[in-house]
Amino acid sequence: MDNQNRELSVVGKPIPKLDAAQKAMGRAEYIQDIKLPGMLYGKILYSKFANANIIKIDTSKAKALDGVHAVLTGEDIPKKMKMGFIKDNPPIKKDRVSSFRDEVAAVAATSLDIAKKALDLIEIEYEELKGIFDPEKAMEKDSPLVHAHLKSNVLKMPWNIHYGDVEKAEKESDFVVEDRFTTTWVTHCCMGTSGAIALFDASDNLTIHTNTQIPSLAQKDFLESLKAMGLENKRVRVIKPIIGGGFGSKLDTYAYEHISILLAHKCKKPVKIVFDRVEEFTATSTRQPTVIYIKQGCDKNGKLTFRDMKMVLDNGAHTSWGATTPSVMLMPISSLYRVENVKYNAKCVYTNNTYSQAMRGYGNPQATFAIESSMDMLAEKAGIDRIEFRKINKNQSGDETPQGLKITSCGLEECIDAVKKELKFDNNNEKGVGTGIASLIHVGGGARIYGSDGCGAILKMDDYGKVDIFTGGTDMGQGLDNITAQIVAEELGLLAEDINVVHSDSDVCPWDVGAHASRSTFVAGNAALGAAKKVKKKIQEFASKILDAPAKELEFKDRNVFLPGDPEKSIPIGKLLRKAHFSPNGTMLMAENFYDPDNRNMGKELKGNMSMTYSFGAHGVKVKVDEETGKVEVLEYVAAHDVGRAINPLLLEGQVYGGVVMGLGYALTEEVMHKDGKNMNANFRDYKLFTAKDAVKIKAPVIETIDKDGPFGAKGIGEPGCVPTAPAVANAVYDAVGVRIKDLPITPEKVLAALKEKKGE
Amino acid sequence: MTTKIAFILNGDRISYEIKDHWTLSHLLREEMGLIGTKEGCGNGECGACTVIVDKLAVNSCLYLAIDIDDTIVETIEGLASTDGTLHPLQQSFVDNGGIQCGFCSPGMIMSSKALLDENPDADREEIKHALAGNICRCTGYIQIFESVEAAKELAVENKGGENG
Repeated sequence: MDNQNRELSVVGKPIPKLDAAQKAMGRAEYIQDIKLPGMLYGKILYSKFANANIIKIDTSKAKALDGVHAVLTGEDIPKKMKMGFIKDNPPIKKDRVSSFRDEVAAVAATSLDIAKKALDLIEIEYEELKGIFDPEKAMEKDSPLVHAHLKSNVLKMPWNIHYGDVEKAEKESDFVVEDRFTTTWVTHCCMGTSGAIALFDASDNLTIHTNTQIPSLAQKDFLESLKAMGLENKRVRVIKPIIGGGFGSKLDTYAYEHISILLAHKCKKPVKIVFDRVEEFTATSTRQPTVIYIKQGCDKNGKLTFRDMKMVLDNGAHTSWGATTPSVMLMPISSLYRVENVKYNAKCVYTNNTYSQAMRGYGNPQATFAIESSMDMLAEKAGIDRIEFRKINKNQSGDETPQGLKITSCGLEECIDAVKKELKFDNNNEKGVGTGIASLIHVGGGARIYGSDGCGAILKMDDYGKVDIFTGGTDMGQGLDNITAQIVAEELGLLAEDINVVHSDSDVCPWDVGAHASRSTFVAGNAALGAAKKVKKKIQEFASKILDAPAKELEFKDRNVFLPGDPEKSIPIGKLLRKAHFSPNGTMLMAENFYDPDNRNMGKELKGNMSMTYSFGAHGVKVKVDEETGKVEVLEYVAAHDVGRAINPLLLEGQVYGGVVMGLGYALTEEVMHKDGKNMNANFRDYKLFTAKDAVKIKAPVIETIDKDGPFGAKGIGEPGCVPTAPAVANAVYDAVGVRIKDLPITPEKVLAALKEKKGE
Repeated sequence: MTTKIAFILNGDRISYEIKDHWTLSHLLREEMGLIGTKEGCGNGECGACTVIVDKLAVNSCLYLAIDIDDTIVETIEGLASTDGTLHPLQQSFVDNGGIQCGFCSPGMIMSSKALLDENPDADREEIKHALAGNICRCTGYIQIFESVEAAKELAVENKGGENG
């Protein structure tokens, strides 16, 4: 029987995280905790202006300070050493700075205190220039240019799509709504800050310990840096310590990593750079702020006719992966609900603000905020119940969307029904209390952003029936280790604790594109499953001789290989493996497997099935709005997701709860405040995360649709929890007090101002 | 300026020559190599560095090392038994999904311990109050509350076992 339908003993069980005990004991080593012999401490100096020419830098006093081993400025950066998606960002800037976050110098010293002192001794003369901070203004013809060598602040990106005939569909629509929404900067707030330790061996090969979600792509970036430094044909070993949270923040390589490499090479010693909390707020990349114009229509039966969206994204001063988020925004825009005619245009615009990057959802939360707010507005205009309206337009198995997404397993309607059942939508008699709903679609079967969407796995068994699996996938707290272990254990009839998952070292782990796009369970899971199947076959063949039984009929369970129905023909796997090694013509029980899903890169036409399957969900929320203060209190939350199969219900709940609360922060409290490009709230007092006091009751119904391509039927679920949260809350606020907040976050000030306007005060 | 201080750390008598400006988290992490105490902000805002001094949960990043002279200090390293058995709080955080990336976990567990040592019957509201200074970005807190509540049960069971 195939894996999607058979009875399971390890997959589907709430097995605690395999590394939880060492974390609970305080024995887990994060980058903060690692010290190497002779290690120096690096520290980065940032610009004092959002936009300025650097006239002069004097580092002589810093260099003369006892304990300082090296001082770097833009002059020391090899010309070809550049970071980011279009390589427009050297790790230390020379002559010109374009944001407060721009690096202008760095030091390495024997202690952190000395390194900090040295930064204070660096004297820089700037010529301040007028900055541009509003992306819509930066698009105007006479706007000052962020980068003088470019003709425009608008990046050359291909985000201009038209499927069907939007103009015709609009004319034929019975109801049309149109509005403008905005979303602002929010940041990951990983509890473990960013950091790296670089060191070179005697032959100039690099080892770098770094918090990264993309060990294989980071290795490539570092190799390019070495090449730019004149170090050709060298090796780079990337070692990941235990990561204190990722959420997309570690999907690129950053200045601190490249600077630690330069300093380590110069000093011939290990150099460690770890961000303090202020740097984590000011010098890591945010989610992209967006200005969104949306128009959509439906016919008199409530069937969606068209969706037309335009967006302006604040790119900041440099380009990281944030500029590619429109490729993911396109997914909900073209494919959340059935809509045949779709237009989308997005412009990424340089400003003198901080540059943005990937953050959980990769553009989907912004797009879904506008779409799902607008869905409620359209339902109201058409006089159709908002839940019914969504069900009329629901995605269904077998659909191919205008973008070419092939919907295979689809539990959207079941999710909506689960939310409706758990949250009493019609029972809102209390003043100021209202409910809201919003749905989501997200990639659940990988996402072909690059040429490859693959992941490798190497599996080896020891003499005692234990497994070491070396995976390309990355665990950063979300639990991929467990998912991998449970999949392998299930396939080989072992227990999860028998599986040691190694994902930390590029010297032994195979290639992978990275922990993004909620792809790890599906892609790394399938990679591991494939390796386990190969080893299983070898064991079956070997056991067939020992047990004198047909190989294909042998089954694996409770650490034994056996022939069903014949108690005589059974052997513990460990015993069998020892025989494999200690026999003439012995064999190794090992396998490698590379899994690359059968999905498509969208290509120039921006069309194609980017994921092998899609995850769906619906969120419902009940809020209470205090009309005196404008404060929104979340009373109840229901987040239903179609996950294919829950490989581990305990960890799945954790992903959903954590995603929802991150989404609630996005909806209600979180905002990186910038004043003319300067971060004004670089601390946890002023950047308002949900705390334990703010925690809300969340129910998380799980819809299992057993996807035909997922490992044991599973789809990705890392990001969806935070995707439809903000529009669900915005819709609930409207239901509660009749004001629609179109700009995130939904702060008491905005609610109060809207209430006053409504009352005509 | 250096000062010699004496204190009890996880049950052991310690005397240590410290610099007067050291924080307790610096002493523990950088000088004594006790990396279980994490530092997430250095400003007393995130709670990752929480340890217990004379039964009170404190942010060790703000607490001067000199002030632990003649006190009893508990850190995450002191919770498990010498035979490796986890403390009920550690075990329940493991079992109930209270740990994801784990960076906040030692501080979260120490704040929970200070609470339950003082108030073994703490209810959900009291737990929320006690953990209000410990930020977690991964879990949404729900499984952390469930972990603390499960630990209460586990502690009662263990006590029953010892007595019986």
